[in-house]
Amino acid sequence: MLVINCPYCGERPELEFSYGGQAHIARPLKPAELGDEEWNAYLYLRANPKGHHAERWRHIHGCARFFNAVRDTRTDHFVATYKIGEPVPEGSRT
Amino acid sequence: MQRFSAFSLFRHGLGRHQDWKPQWRKASPKPAYDAIIVGGGGHGLGAAYYLAKAYGIRNVAVLEKGWIGGGNTGRNTTIIRSNYLFDESAALYDHALKLWEGLSQELNYNVMFSQRGVMMLAHNIHDVQVLRRHVHANRINGVESEWLTPEQAKEFCPPLNIDPNIRYPVLGATLQRRGGTARHDAVAWGYARAADALGVDIIENCEVTGIKRDAKGEVAGVETTRGFIASKRIGVSAAGHTSVVLDMAHVRLPLESYPLQALVSEPVKPIFPCVVMSNTIHAYMSQSDKGELVIGAGTDAYTSYTQRGGLHIATHTLEAICELFPQFRRMRMLRNWGGIVDVTPDRSPIIAKTPVKGLYVNCGWGTGGFKATPGAAHLFAHTMARDEPHPINAPFTIERFRDGFLIDEAAAAAVAH
Repeated sequence: MLVINCPYCGERPELEFSYGGQAHIARPLKPAELGDEEWNAYLYLRANPKGHHAERWRHIHGCARFFNAVRDTRTDHFVATYKIGEPVPEGSRT
Repeated sequence: MQRFSAFSLFRHGLGRHQDWKPQWRKASPKPAYDAIIVGGGGHGLGAAYYLAKAYGIRNVAVLEKGWIGGGNTGRNTTIIRSNYLFDESAALYDHALKLWEGLSQELNYNVMFSQRGVMMLAHNIHDVQVLRRHVHANRINGVESEWLTPEQAKEFCPPLNIDPNIRYPVLGATLQRRGGTARHDAVAWGYARAADALGVDIIENCEVTGIKRDAKGEVAGVETTRGFIASKRIGVSAAGHTSVVLDMAHVRLPLESYPLQALVSEPVKPIFPCVVMSNTIHAYMSQSDKGELVIGAGTDAYTSYTQRGGLHIATHTLEAICELFPQFRRMRMLRNWGGIVDVTPDRSPIIAKTPVKGLYVNCGWGTGGFKATPGAAHLFAHTMARDEPHPINAPFTIERFRDGFLIDEAAAAAVAH
């Protein structure tokens, strides 16, 4: 089981968290103007890297707040966790 | 190719079994091929076999970064069934099931295909309604399937606990009698041997590190750890690593790779006569011919390439199994492992051409690719040989996500996801 560092509560076991998929995907500002390719990219295309992956987590059985994390998908090692709205920390770019 | 038969077994017995030949050659890469398959699992080896056998393309290489059958082909729970909800899926998986039925004879290799029946349990009213709908849909599509009461389920699988007072009571079950299991390694080896006999080069320890394209943007070959290999026709059948390989050609696919776990118990005498699956509690189980209980768990919540998986995922499955089959509570588990499965948004596979000419992909099988091995291999070979899909895999394109023609088995609940 992973130990995840919630930016609000500190280190807690993975069971307290839920996963929210790739981070930093912005909702389209003008949905009516989007074509099929853009909708396809927004809805379905995800990064899926073998390496650093920026992703959303939620401390659902704790403070219940969302935060972002960078995790190495080769090892499941968490490189960094950071609050929503903050940029990806330097040195852990995906 | 030395043919296997009772007679050849007897004849080699006279020579104390010292004179068996290797079943396939250790090939080294040639400078160029008519077709290259990336990925030496069951799907890739099978595609090479059908390219040579059914479509006359024999100058083919299968490139495998490790050893053949060492990925998900060697890491699954070997369940075979075709009772999917939608017309497209039923056609696809039943095509595979029909090929399974003649596969040992076709390959002259015992893949130990055993049609022992696949039973899927319903634990609540929603399950009952969904699974009964499946039975009707299957029968309309010519896929035999039947509904069992808890008593009938118990009769078919005596170890099942149908006490109404357990955490996940059994309210009924579906049964596909043609479903069952096969020996996973034998599938890879059987296809490898048959493909090799037709001239296919099986090249292990050869990892693809780049996909080269010519001035027109068409594929020209692959860079590998054993040098450049030219080909105008490249098929990628790399399961959980499909995104990594296709990234080399700048093709993005709607895939995410997750760990999926399985485990086996110590071997015991025959006690478990069929395959039992429960999607509600993410557990499926059968008994191998060696006597081990083969148990499959759910996927982890997050994407990963670790080939491990969280212990709590397997624990959840084992707790459910201990309640459904109380007599297994004291059994010891011998091994557990994870495979990396590539999951599409609608949980249906992609067997299709890509936007790059000459580049084809067979992926997105998620948690259920083993059962489709012969069918997927055959359809992928057809797509590569003709440069157009077979009618059965025509709906399984990449563009279906853009165009809104999803084959949404994700919501169909008869899929073990």
